[in-house]
Amino acid sequence: MSYIDLPAGLPGIRALLTYRPETARPLNDLVDVLLRGPHTLTPGERELIATVVSAANDCTYCQSIHGAVAARHLGDAEELVEQVKRDLESAPISAKLKALLRIAAATAESGRSVTPDAIARAREHGATDLEIHDTVLIAAVFCLCNRYVDGLATWTPSDPDFYRQRAKVIVDNGYSLATTTNR
Amino acid sequence: MPHIALPPDLPGIVSGFAFRPETAKPMRELAEVLLRGPNTLTSAEREMIAAFVSSRNECHFCQASHSAAAAHHQQGDYALVEAVKRDYVSAPISPKLKALLAIAGRVQESGRQVTADDVQRARDEGASDREIHDAVLIAAAFSMFNRYVDGLATLTPRDDAAYDAMGQRMAHQGYIRNQESGIGNHESRITNQESRIKN
Repeated sequence: MSYIDLPAGLPGIRALLTYRPETARPLNDLVDVLLRGPHTLTPGERELIATVVSAANDCTYCQSIHGAVAARHLGDAEELVEQVKRDLESAPISAKLKALLRIAAATAESGRSVTPDAIARAREHGATDLEIHDTVLIAAVFCLCNRYVDGLATWTPSDPDFYRQRAKVIVDNGYSLATTTNR
Repeated sequence: MPHIALPPDLPGIVSGFAFRPETAKPMRELAEVLLRGPNTLTSAEREMIAAFVSSRNECHFCQASHSAAAAHHQQGDYALVEAVKRDYVSAPISPKLKALLAIAGRVQESGRQVTADDVQRARDEGASDREIHDAVLIAAAFSMFNRYVDGLATLTPRDDAAYDAMGQRMAHQGYIRNQESGIGNHESRITNQESRIKN
């Protein structure tokens, strides 16, 4: 049960966004720009960053929903998402994305854990400054979301189908709209 | 030296904001609502939570600037925020704020560290649901800001006077700025690239 009295029937961060609309708006805007805005990284790649960080932080709700959204963007690639979470280096993804995911994992530990070597590796594989910037910021944002969701003990559905259904709505409509319509 | 080519001479998060105005806007708005918006916790109390979490994350830029902001909400007196960062349990602050700082300290480690007992203790000291919510979200938000600032290795001034001036502006003028005066808008640049490719 959640630690504070939240709107009933809404899982994870959705209960919190409904509880406090004043903070929900900038949070939704930030996530929409980072995960859905025009970008040289695909939405699927950016959702993988969110998923890997949420897994590192052991946040079941966030890694389930962003894992499902990543899989949907990448062509119902649930096995690929699991592989990336299990063993990044052997997963069949680009060397650039691997290097960015390493930066994200370091950021999850601490901003101070991001090394010049990790940045150099990403650059060698073609990552741009904006891609590195956004990788660090997506990782940082999910360090917020994960702590917010778990720190208030929000409801975490256990049925994988729940996340698959929800992922369809998010992929089709984006986060802001998916939140406000509560479908 | 910063990990990426950030606008030169801008310190800490200000350089990240100038680099990417599209993400700066919601980040500034979030800080404004959480630290200066209408609340039953004072801005000084909220800035102390921010400074405390930033200090635990060893983010010098954030801890120094938010300590200064906390001080400038109290006529420029740094004694209280310094005591909170050193050892909040013995600091001369209310039992309620101590209980909220305990929760913030858990969140700094992991959301999963917050226990029902921590929350009950805050409630026993008079904290409302909304205050508990905001303490968790401020701690979570600084888990983000701190990682953003240090993850890009932004410029960190060592001069205390620089932070004092920053804190004064943060406390009295707030976090919202007009259009970032940095190197421009990545989204329009990407969109232009895309339309060039399509054409």
